[in-house]
Amino acid sequence: MRTDWKAMMPPVVIVAGAVLGVLGAVLAWAGNPPNMGLCIACFQRDIVGALGLHHAAKLQYLRPEIPALILGVTFAAARAGEWRGRSAPSPAISFLLGALVMIGTLVFLGCPVRMTLRLGGGDLTALAGLAGFGAGIWAGTLLLRRGFSLGRSASGSRVPTLVLPVLAAGLLVLLFLRPAFIFFSAEGPGSQAAPVLASVGAGLLLGTLAQRSRLCFAGGIRDLLLIGSPHLLVGLAAALVAAALTNLALGQFDLGFSGQPIAHTEHLWSFLGMALVGLGAVLLGGCPLRQLVLAAQGDGGAFCAIWGMFAGAAVAHNFDLAASPAGVPVGGQVVVLAGLVICLAVGWSVRET
Amino acid sequence: MTQEMTIDARGLACPIPVIRVKKALESIPQGRVVVLVDEQVAVENVTRLAAYMRCSHQCAACEGGFRIILGKPGSGREGP
Repeated sequence: MRTDWKAMMPPVVIVAGAVLGVLGAVLAWAGNPPNMGLCIACFQRDIVGALGLHHAAKLQYLRPEIPALILGVTFAAARAGEWRGRSAPSPAISFLLGALVMIGTLVFLGCPVRMTLRLGGGDLTALAGLAGFGAGIWAGTLLLRRGFSLGRSASGSRVPTLVLPVLAAGLLVLLFLRPAFIFFSAEGPGSQAAPVLASVGAGLLLGTLAQRSRLCFAGGIRDLLLIGSPHLLVGLAAALVAAALTNLALGQFDLGFSGQPIAHTEHLWSFLGMALVGLGAVLLGGCPLRQLVLAAQGDGGAFCAIWGMFAGAAVAHNFDLAASPAGVPVGGQVVVLAGLVICLAVGWSVRET
Repeated sequence: MTQEMTIDARGLACPIPVIRVKKALESIPQGRVVVLVDEQVAVENVTRLAAYMRCSHQCAACEGGFRIILGKPGSGREGP
């Protein structure tokens, strides 16, 4: 039997990854923060700030990429007959893991998407994050092999699945109306933004491609380790190559360890922060991008994880856990270590009976 | 010896159906593994695993989801 290359390297995953890489670089060029054309975690954090749920004045903006991505996913899932309600088998654990994953990303300074875009911009400090991400995923696969499962979800009504897309549409309305109770940063990363329509278009396109391709940055490494299949990892590789080429073409590729934008050089904490993200993501069933996609197509567990991420972002900035280019606060270091222990304990003890 | 197993993976999140099917396929020398799943993504993942493990696969819609029949050939008939 010959090797089925199309199954091993699905073109739709390569296209989705490449488009993500190109858009990530272009959105940064068009005004989003450097090497942060797209970041599922940072952009959710900025939205949390815009809603007044944290007080980091430089990190408040209703990033339209996130709600547009949600709407793109919902439309694509509806067209494909995959928009359906599913109950959350372990809502509290999904919420907790979501919060810990968010804190891990904010200690590293980026979700797996931004980690890839940072590498694609020449930021070699993200290599420690990539190594940690891989280590966390490896630990997660051991727990999966041992029998970890959040339990079985049941199919349900589609009505509750309207909540997330309606909220997403509401966020876009608030962005256009700019009422006084929504916060917009006057300086710092929160003030750096691509034109709204470009961001909305990019979000819709990415949402559609991510839904169709099942693109998942944690799943890429996980499936390579579990079954030896690179079918999702090619998406991450395509994103990295596309981002690097686009950054080179736009003159914003800067190879090195020092002076990288919105990054720190505490490599141990980059490693451990992304280890927490990798481990938590495997236990949740996907990276932050994949959680957003699953939630937008009706998955209750991913919905809980997304709210956990929102809560984690608020906690990270209100309690001074999040890193900055100056480094990682002690509180962030403590919570990352505690988070790793909690994830290991959850992964060890929660098994489907 | 040919064996048959059934795995009910309905409602389980990705990639747990794949792990269970892989364990089942590895546990038998040859035979059939019948898998019940309720998502198109799970169908894609399980059939990809089957292709990777050089097993035959047939999928049909059934009540509440999909029924995938995987066939593991004996080691004498087809090499790894």
